[in-house]
Amino acid sequence: MAKKNGAGTNGAAANGTQVTFLEAIKQAMFEEMERDPAVVLIGEDVGVYGGAFKTSEGLLERFGWERVIDTPISESAIIGAACGMSYLGLRPIVEMQFIDFIVCAFNQITNFVAKGHYLWNAPAPMVVRGPSGGGVHGGPFHSANPEMYFVHTPGLKVIYPSTPYDAKGLLKAAVRDNNPVLLFEHKFLYRRIKGEVPAADYTVPIGKAVVRREGRHLTIISYAAMMHTSLEAAEALAKEGIEAEVIDLRTLLPLDEETILNSVKKTNKCLVVHEDTKTGGIAGEIAAILCERAFGDLDGPLVRVTSLDTPVPYAPTLEEYFLPNAKKVFSAAKELARY
Amino acid sequence: MKKELTRQQYLDLYYYMRLNRAVEDMMVKLFRQNKIVGGLYSSLGQEAISVGTAYALEKKDWLAPMIRNIGALLVKGVRPRDVFMQHMAKYDSPTKGKDGTSHFGDLDNLHIVSPISMLGDLIPVMTGVAMAGRYLGQKIVAMTWIGDGGSSTGVFHEGLNFAAVQKAPFVLILENNLWAYSTPVRKQVPLENLADRAKAYGMESYIVDGNDVVAMYSTAKEAVERARAGEGPILIEAKTFRRMGHAQHDPAEYVPKEMRAYWEARDPIALYEQFLTSEKLLDAKGRKEIEEKINTLLVKERDFAENSPMPPPEFAETGVYCTGDDCHKIRAKWERPIAEVTPPRSSVEAVWTVPGFGSGKGSGGGNAPIHFGDTSPAEEMSASGRKPANTGKPAIKVTTKVASKKTVKTPAASASRKARR
Repeated sequence: MAKKNGAGTNGAAANGTQVTFLEAIKQAMFEEMERDPAVVLIGEDVGVYGGAFKTSEGLLERFGWERVIDTPISESAIIGAACGMSYLGLRPIVEMQFIDFIVCAFNQITNFVAKGHYLWNAPAPMVVRGPSGGGVHGGPFHSANPEMYFVHTPGLKVIYPSTPYDAKGLLKAAVRDNNPVLLFEHKFLYRRIKGEVPAADYTVPIGKAVVRREGRHLTIISYAAMMHTSLEAAEALAKEGIEAEVIDLRTLLPLDEETILNSVKKTNKCLVVHEDTKTGGIAGEIAAILCERAFGDLDGPLVRVTSLDTPVPYAPTLEEYFLPNAKKVFSAAKELARY
Repeated sequence: MKKELTRQQYLDLYYYMRLNRAVEDMMVKLFRQNKIVGGLYSSLGQEAISVGTAYALEKKDWLAPMIRNIGALLVKGVRPRDVFMQHMAKYDSPTKGKDGTSHFGDLDNLHIVSPISMLGDLIPVMTGVAMAGRYLGQKIVAMTWIGDGGSSTGVFHEGLNFAAVQKAPFVLILENNLWAYSTPVRKQVPLENLADRAKAYGMESYIVDGNDVVAMYSTAKEAVERARAGEGPILIEAKTFRRMGHAQHDPAEYVPKEMRAYWEARDPIALYEQFLTSEKLLDAKGRKEIEEKINTLLVKERDFAENSPMPPPEFAETGVYCTGDDCHKIRAKWERPIAEVTPPRSSVEAVWTVPGFGSGKGSGGGNAPIHFGDTSPAEEMSASGRKPANTGKPAIKVTTKVASKKTVKTPAASASRKARR
């Protein structure tokens, strides 16, 4: 799944070159801070250490102590302070060292940050970003996909990209957005995939899905690391004569219903693949949308391939069993194609 | 109470305390007439705290009220009609019916941040306001309030600790009114003085008689100016008593009669009237004039509020998101040269200097492991069975110019406290 060429890239001088997902994130923060002095970075170990994953490496040296703020281990205080900063026109980027820890600030995000514009006309232009997802044996507290807690929260935007190009463009769009945006960065992708990133400034619109592979027999909807898994499965399916269309959601809130509907109206079958656990995952929401708006177009049941409804287990054998993979997607798609 | 303010300042404090009480008295009437939609929370007997502390702020400063700080809002410039309409859920209210009570704010003009019902959340938020103000060179102070009850929340402690390490220009008023709903302070906190909470964060604190408006003002004024001068956040504990129940529905029968009688005899407005009379700052005529002024104003404000419509039902669907520049033009107000915070002047050496131990650099240049352990890429590869893409050098090369060195200081070990009574 990963493109392995182009090692030793220099992100800052990217000129149609291949960069890793991690470098794309770093470039986006660097360029946004360069462009606008209202952009600051705040989080645990983001300064001298350059972030636990080195996504903010070099930012302190360039932008100084006032703009790259190392904090105590206090997620609620970090989110709260960033919200307060945004009220004075700053555009803070908050790093959660692991996105698992975002739930420590759940109240601040869902009650304070998300509701401000609706209740008292107070926009909170801020980004909360951090490494998410499993597959690296990080155990139950360093592998989570907590996106759906927040997709259920009006007032937030939730983005979860799968390529370096989208990661950079969506992060830039998030910084410039007047609303609080949560960016989930799948850590499995950080250094495993590379993609082309243009040298010039660009953004990727929040709220727009993209068709990654065209096909006519069924639609596979996915995002983040599972998008690559879905593409891998689609290639295998093609060898058996099943042409799957693969949609990368990119944004989970607001969801791009039109791209989903257009595809399913064409293929009449829908499979959703996500690394999040099954119950309450985005697949359920997509199923409801299809029932409401494309019931007559469906030739088969909506099928879900997701993680198990358990915490993320630690042992490689357990985690591999817990996670979806290309084989599971392939089997489910083949079954669905029979309808 | 000792004499140290101008005559006008003394009379302002009196006016706002009377206005605070009159606004709340009128809301009790509206509540009994079923014109208030939700709960009504009283600050009866605590007016000296809201008024005295907010009066210490300048126009450019920021505040965030709690539920019993209507007085602070009035001092900051909120109109009584806005308070009435908030409680009555009217369309002309600051939140247009989307929230009630003191839950409203004004970012652009009055610099008020709206509270939410979850206690303590305002502390880090106002810390952020203070930090942003400092960053932009605005020389502002941020102030908020918390109760004895709210001082036990986790975010209270996270927020104060962060404010203290940041030396944020932030003042927290801790209103110890002895009751958190039905639970007395002794069952909440094993401390005689809640100001001791500040010691844990190396913060300065004061203890003040919350029913003495002049003491509240003078202490808050000193704290605000110290915070503005860069001395770091300050906590003021105001000793007082919640005379009404948690809200209108609560008769507060759990409060001992003797306790209530003790505090009712120490009404902050009555005490202040005695002071003003003995200092010849106010006579019967002056008092009557103020009463009439307030009465005329409030009748007008109440009538306006009563005549405001309820929001149209479909309004519920609007405003979840800011739609961009047409909705809000978000612009930071810079009052310092931007060049100070942009390269090359912002450039520093990424070094911690620890007093007595020398300097230590970040582990810049290397690749962090793909997850939190100190595994080498090779170990990781074998553990995951997948080949990580090692990218070699860091992506961003920056020219490092040493502009300043950061010194890590532990917060001042001694938290001096000034007892004011």
